[in-house]
This record gives sequence, C-alpha cells and structure tokens, in this order.
Amino acid sequence: MTELLQQALTWQNGLIFLGWAVLFLFIVLGFVTYAIYFERKVIGWMQFRHGPTRVGPLGLLQSVADVLKLLIKEDTIPQKADRALFILAPIITFVPAFAVLAVIPYTPSLYFADLHVGLLYYAALSSLSTIGIILGGWASNNKYSLIGGMRSAAQMISYEIPLVISVVGVVMLSGGLSLRTIVEGQGNNFWEWNLLPQMIGFVVFMIAAVSELNRTPFDLPEAESELVAGYHVEYSGFRFAFFMLAEYVYVFAIASLTTVLFLGGWHPPLAILDFIPGLLWFMLKFVFVVFFLFWLRATMPRIRVDQLMSFGWKVLLPLALINIFVTAAYIELFLK
Amino acid sequence: MIRTEELLLNVGPQHPSTHGVFRIVLKLDGEIIKEATPVMGYLHRGTEKLAEQLNYTQIIPYTDRMDYVSAMTNNYVLVHAVEKMMNIEIPERAEFMRLIVMELQRVASHLVWWGTYLLDIGAMSPFLYAFRDREVIIDLFNELCGARLTYNYMRVGGVKWDAPSGWIDKVRDFIPYMRKRLKEYDKLVSGNEIFLARIKGVGIYDAQTAIAYGLSGANLRCTGVNWDLRKQEPYSLYERFDFDVPLSFNGDCYDRYRIRIEEIVQSLRILEQAVEQFPSEGETMGKVPRVIRPPAGEVYARIESPRGEIGCYIVSKGKAEPYRLKFRRPSFVNLQILPELLVGQSMTNLITILGGVDIVVGEVDC
Repeated sequence: MTELLQQALTWQNGLIFLGWAVLFLFIVLGFVTYAIYFERKVIGWMQFRHGPTRVGPLGLLQSVADVLKLLIKEDTIPQKADRALFILAPIITFVPAFAVLAVIPYTPSLYFADLHVGLLYYAALSSLSTIGIILGGWASNNKYSLIGGMRSAAQMISYEIPLVISVVGVVMLSGGLSLRTIVEGQGNNFWEWNLLPQMIGFVVFMIAAVSELNRTPFDLPEAESELVAGYHVEYSGFRFAFFMLAEYVYVFAIASLTTVLFLGGWHPPLAILDFIPGLLWFMLKFVFVVFFLFWLRATMPRIRVDQLMSFGWKVLLPLALINIFVTAAYIELFLK
Repeated sequence: MIRTEELLLNVGPQHPSTHGVFRIVLKLDGEIIKEATPVMGYLHRGTEKLAEQLNYTQIIPYTDRMDYVSAMTNNYVLVHAVEKMMNIEIPERAEFMRLIVMELQRVASHLVWWGTYLLDIGAMSPFLYAFRDREVIIDLFNELCGARLTYNYMRVGGVKWDAPSGWIDKVRDFIPYMRKRLKEYDKLVSGNEIFLARIKGVGIYDAQTAIAYGLSGANLRCTGVNWDLRKQEPYSLYERFDFDVPLSFNGDCYDRYRIRIEEIVQSLRILEQAVEQFPSEGETMGKVPRVIRPPAGEVYARIESPRGEIGCYIVSKGKAEPYRLKFRRPSFVNLQILPELLVGQSMTNLITILGGVDIVVGEVDC
C-alpha cells in the first residue's frame, strides 16, 4: 500500500485503487448490514427478546430484507418540500461518512491514505454531515424535522469542539496528526496505549463521539418520543436508507477511530500475545467499542436539549482543556 | 431586523407519546411552549349515553373499555355503586377476590405507566421489562376470567368466577417475584443521573393548585395531600389491611414517579395479607334478584383507581336501566392542569409532564 501511494498516478494504479475502494465499500456495507443485525440481537437479548429470527438462518438475512424493502419502496417527496435540497441532503450526509474511512489505518500495511493531517481530515469531513442533516430538516418543510435539524446543528457544534480538543492530548503524546503515527506511538502492552495516560481525554472523547453519532443518550435530533423521527420524518425509501447508512458508517468510523487513538490500534494488549495478527486485535477492539455503543442504547434514557448544551460547554469542554494542560505538564516534566 | 414567528405545532392525534389519540396544539417560540391547547374526544364512544339503554350487568363490559389499563377497578366502581343503592351483602370470599384482583391490577397498571414513561423519556428496555412482569399478572387474570385486558369479571353482588384451584398460590408466588424485580428496576432506573435530571423539578405545582384542579391519585399525593380513598373512605375490605399511603412534598415529576413505585410496594403488602387471610370456602355471589332494579334515587360511589379517584354517579327511576349514569374519570380531571403546567416549558418537558400525569385516553374520552 505504501509503495502504491508513493508511485505516480497511472491508469494501472488508478484501477488498483478503484478496485480496493470498491472492495472496501462492500466490506463497509457488509459491516453495516450485520451491525444492524448485531444491534437488534444484542438489544433484543438485553430486553428478553430474541431479535430477528425469521429471515434466513438465525435471522441473518433480516437486514438484507430490510434494505431490499427500502429500495423498492415508492420514493416520495412532499409537495411543498424544497426539491433540490431534499434530494441533496442524504447525499451530503452520506458521502463524508465514507470519505473519512480513507485515513484509518487497520494494520501497519493496510490503510488507504496516510495523511499528515489525518485527524484533522476526519474532524473536518465528519462535521460536513451535519449540513446534510440540517438541509434535510429544512427542505422537508415539516415542523418536526425542522426542530430536529436545528437541534442537530446545535448539538454538533457543541460536541465537535470537545471531541477535537479531547484528542489534542493524544496528538501531543505521539507528536503527529497522522493516525498511523499515533498508533505507532503506542506500545505492545495495554499500559502503553493512550487509554490509561489519556483517561480524561478518552472519557470526553467517548461521550462526545456518542453525541456525534446521534445515538442514545444523545439521540435528540431524532428523538422519537417528541419529534417522531426528527430530521428524517419526511424521508422514505432509499433516501431514508442513505441517512441510516450514513449513521452506521459513522459507527464504523468512530469505533475505528477510538481503536486507533486510544486502544492501540493493531497492538496486542500484552506483548506475549504478539503472535496473533494485528488485524484480529484491531477487529476485537473495534467490536468491543461497537458493542459498547449498542449497550448504551439499551440502558440509557435520553438527555434534554438544554442539559445537553450545558453539559457540552460547561463540563466536557473544560475537562478536555484540563486534559491538554495535564498532558503538557506531564510531557514537560517527565519526557523532556 | 430579524423577524421571528411563533411556530404552531400540532402534536397528535397520531403521535408516539400522547398515549393514544390525544392532541395538543402548541404555540412554540423556538422550543419553548407559549401556549398549549389540548384537544380531546378522539376516542369518545358515548359510554354514559349507551348505558342508559342497558341493564346494569350489561354496562360492566363498557367499563372495561374506559380505562383499559385498569379494567378491574372500573368494574368495581360500577358494581359498588349499584350495591350501595340496593344494600346488597357481598360474601366475604367474593370481596376478597375483588380486592386481590384490584390490587394486582394496580400493580399491573403502574407497571405499564412505568414502562411507557421511561419509553417517553428515551429508555427502551424498561418498557419491555415492565411488560414482562405485567404479563404474569395478565396470565393470572386470564386463568381467572378468560380475558387479558377487558375482564368483565365483577357482577352486582359478587364476582363471576371463583378462583381456580392453585390460583391463590400463584398470586402468593408473584409477590416475592415482583419485589425482587422492583429492586432490579430501582438499580437500573431510579439512580440514573440522566433520568433524574430529566424529571426532577419538572412540572411543579403546589397542593392548592392540585386541589383547585380536582387532581387525585399520585398527582395529588405528590404535593403532600394525604388523600387515598382506600384510607379516607374505606370500601371493600381495605380497613382490615395494614398499608401506608406514600406521600411526598415537592409536587414534581420525580415525586409522582416515586409515589407510583412506592404504591406498587404497598399493593404487594396488601396482597400478601389478603392472600394469607383468604377464606378457604364460601360463596362468590351474594343474594341478588334476577333482574337488578335499584330503588329510585341517586348514588355516588368512588374508589381509588391507580390513576386517582374514579367515581360512578347513578340516577335510578326504579327501572332495570339507569336513568342517567356518569363516571368521574380521574384521567380526564387530572389532564385539566396540563395547559397551565406546559407554559414556559420546552418541547421535551411536554412529554415528561404529560407522561407524568398518567392518562389513559380511553378514560379521558370515555
């Protein structure tokens, strides 16, 4: 991969890249399909239900059936909606979700782009999705979706900041914004990961990340008990599927990013377990983070808008700033 | 110059959190409610008018359909009113059966409230836990009278069916089961910071306001007014049992939550004693004329339903059908305070407050 990236762009190289990208697209789509299945099963078991069992063996084809249903549904656009924006909104939400995956390193050799500003790229692109949500809420010409879209805007702005600031500590420790450098800066034992030295950063990051994903307990933009479905009330069929897809691709992205930033990426938790391939370790940690997100959904009630704001600005942001200060002091006192 | 408008938002009649077909028209400034107008009547079936053409036994199934979450107490208030008019003696065993099913129903009803309230607030799991435990009670009722929701169980003078053999033992087993579950729920929900932040200090009113609006049940007791008809005007066999009326004094949604949870505990206490004292033999129907013709006159009977004071007012002209029948439905009366509580609150608190009042739309519209 590294060699390929450094070569000049020729037709052949371009095709190879395209091939990889398509392959990766299918991996991510496969993940989304089974993440939804996994979520429904896990939450089902937590609630003394079975989850999907009917379609395919053990219900394994349930998500496939759901997607198929969404694809063949009639595509409705409300008469008084802003047509152009209404069509554009799901695309704007969906494209950055895939684009951010390019910078994530899965093993020392498996990654798509080793940008020197990888982390910044992630933060910048992922916040673009918010525009899609606001547009969708506005263009639907529905009061519920408007409120949902506006809530989303407020929430994203409030939580984007602590999210980015909380990882500054990690960047300071590893000395680079490139995600690959960050993983390589962590060691083969779990105490050499960023998790323990950056505990405050990790907690702030996780909370802000859940909020970025619009998942329980921060699922206010689509709060079903108040706003029915929030910004995507008017969406149906494949346009709705695009919103859902974007949401789950972000689950993939955030789980990968957490693994990379705090859980040591492909490094094993103990040096003696080094013989197990790095990709497996990555997947294990990744699945754990995904499980954690689903677990939250089964346990937590939803927070209120004003509480969300004050929590973001008055608790998370100061904590993230303190984390930077503590990390700086630590580097100054011990590492110099 | 930026022009801002009020947003007129129509919540319901089809909305996931209005607990049925209930509608509120909101005037919003951002997310803050400026004015709220509840619109009721989507589930109106004219029960009271229909009752004028029916004899008293035929009215009982209609009461099931008013407050369908707590049909047993509705049954009771009607037969209790007729019995009061006719001075009918009820056999002890029948009265015990009534009391046991009413208290089981109270537990079931509060469980439904608990589950749906948490669903409103955004937690999904408690809803399923609550319904699992309610299922045990529903199964008990099913075994008793063959119905899961609309029981049509009580009759003027007694109850329709005697307890099948082993039924009382099942009720006895249910009590420790439910106590254990309640402890789990307390751990999962009652200490959750987000949940507490959502409901503490929301929807506050004082005792004066509560009395002025005629609130009853947990909605009244959360302001510190000690008013529970089971204690104040004991009916059935409640005098024989030892139980407390949970009270609290802040008048917010959290207090209403605590009171309802505590009421489940107290109901279990009553059940425990009732099951111990349950007479092993006896009739389940008293001496009742074949056609029930209460003497001319008026009667008002009231009892404590899970939602508050449910009353039945009957005017009889000595015929087999009532001349006029009126139900005082606690959900309807408790709901009247809603527009006052909502002003100045956010959209989110609307759901918290509405859920906290505990309405059943079948009873609101009747």
